[in-house]
Amino acid sequence: MPSGWGLWLRQIGAIFRLEIEKNFLSRRSILIYLIAFLPLFPLLLLAIVTPPGNEWKDFNQYSVIYSIIYNSLILRTIVFFGSAWIFMNLFRGEMVDRSLHYYFLSAVRREVLVVGKYISGLATSIILFMTTTVVALLLLYFPHFYSQSLRYFTEGRGFTQLLTYAGITILACVGYGAFFLIVGLFVRNPIIPALLLYGWEWLNFLLPPLLKKVSVIHYLNSLVPVPVSEGPFAVVADPTPAYIAVPSMLVVTIIVLILAAYRIRHMEIRYGSD
Amino acid sequence: MSANDQLIIFDNVSKFYGEILGVNRVNLQIAPGITSLVGPNGAGKSTLMNLMTGLLRPTRGSISILGIPTDHPEQLFRKVGYCTQFDSFPRGVTGREFINSFLLVHGYDRKQANDLSQLAIERVNLVDAADRKVAAYSKGMRQRIRLAQSIAHQPAVLILDEPLNGLDPMVRAETIALFRKLASEGLHLIISSHILHEVDVMSDRVVLLNNGYIVAEGNIHGVRDEMEEHPMQILIRCDQPAKLAAYVFAQDHVVEARLHEDRRGLFVKTRDADRFYLLLNRAVAEGQVNVESVAPVDDDLSAVYQYLIGTTGGSA
Repeated sequence: MPSGWGLWLRQIGAIFRLEIEKNFLSRRSILIYLIAFLPLFPLLLLAIVTPPGNEWKDFNQYSVIYSIIYNSLILRTIVFFGSAWIFMNLFRGEMVDRSLHYYFLSAVRREVLVVGKYISGLATSIILFMTTTVVALLLLYFPHFYSQSLRYFTEGRGFTQLLTYAGITILACVGYGAFFLIVGLFVRNPIIPALLLYGWEWLNFLLPPLLKKVSVIHYLNSLVPVPVSEGPFAVVADPTPAYIAVPSMLVVTIIVLILAAYRIRHMEIRYGSD
Repeated sequence: MSANDQLIIFDNVSKFYGEILGVNRVNLQIAPGITSLVGPNGAGKSTLMNLMTGLLRPTRGSISILGIPTDHPEQLFRKVGYCTQFDSFPRGVTGREFINSFLLVHGYDRKQANDLSQLAIERVNLVDAADRKVAAYSKGMRQRIRLAQSIAHQPAVLILDEPLNGLDPMVRAETIALFRKLASEGLHLIISSHILHEVDVMSDRVVLLNNGYIVAEGNIHGVRDEMEEHPMQILIRCDQPAKLAAYVFAQDHVVEARLHEDRRGLFVKTRDADRFYLLLNRAVAEGQVNVESVAPVDDDLSAVYQYLIGTTGGSA
């Protein structure tokens, strides 16, 4: 048996496989499929029936339409609640099922367990929500302007936009994932803090510039390739440049994961009281 | 290697759940062999086991298992296996997958994990059902697959919380034989039970718990000797039990002398068995009585339990 990093990597791999199987193949995963692919249903409908209105006839407007769909539906709702479901269940779900002790009774550092579970949650959320992000974008463009869209995504700005949206989705999974992982560890009923954060994120446009920075959505919005107006009441603040936004999110995520590892290291198994 | 590296040591361990006492001031050293934790429900048996395996952390004191502190799971569970009372499993797994997956988490490669799983499944006689979903198992099978999971990585210390619950008599006997075999291989087995007959049959030593305190510890007979204030009951089969009753009752260590229903024997309760046996020898030598047989009637765990805890301990 290897030791040190070799052993930890092998153990992370084993935890990852176990968790991925649970995330994708268990009965519980039906809900996450539904959440993840929800935005595709209205877009499928739009693919069949073009709504009235000039904006739907103008190819250049589609980048704005997608930005609105992405911002309000995919990012703020689907990725948010999907990540909540996936990451909160990593530990909280096992406490409810009374099966977490099997991990705790294995010869594995609990920090390694946190990393293995977090990576599995990350892989699950990225696969699901990035698929939604990309398919939603293509589903919006191609049915209405096939040849223009083909050129846009192969020769024009389309591909860069697609990559940027995919990157923002990944970053959202990283940030929201860490938050919901730790919430699931500290709070018995994680729905309440999830809703509080949801409200905070939605009201972000009303917050003064300094408070805006205490949110995930501010940094994600700063990266969106086609900015969307937040309405007449929005408090305008300069977007955070990508070279600050991305490392900031990653640093905060690492701090949260260290906190989660500390919590798990000292955690007791008392299912009755959890 | 120091002597402590062979022992399980509780050093002044207390555990409180808020203001509720789990266990208090436990000082204990457990050597290899089968040690049973005995006590009524709520005595602190499971708390002690969960403390031993790091699922709970002591409020005070420290615990080490073969020299390893319990807050280092990465080292501890190379040497320790724990079969808990939690009758729950990861969703959707077969028996073999259940064992295999946690061996992989231990760090074994696939081949090693497969081989160890197979060996553990064979040891608990669950080969035919190993590839069925655990959800379809009977209670006894679930108990056995959990036992297999706890022994699969071949630990030196095996901790088993009520491991015979839900097993039918035949499997129970096989499982006790397995425990005996593992103990003979030099393992520490810590078993909790409130089924006294089984504890009697399989234990090398017992730790009696009540209300979070260790009431007594040692081998069954040793525990019995510790209880000087509690009388031991002896049945003497003889030709003149009434005469013997009068003879022995004058002694201060004899607290009760009662005729057997068939009038051919005498039950004597004494606080000092050794002095009583000397007295009996004298009576025989003096020709007071002819003795057919002498046998301690309650020198088993049930009696110890009853004396110390004031209950018969119930049954499963």
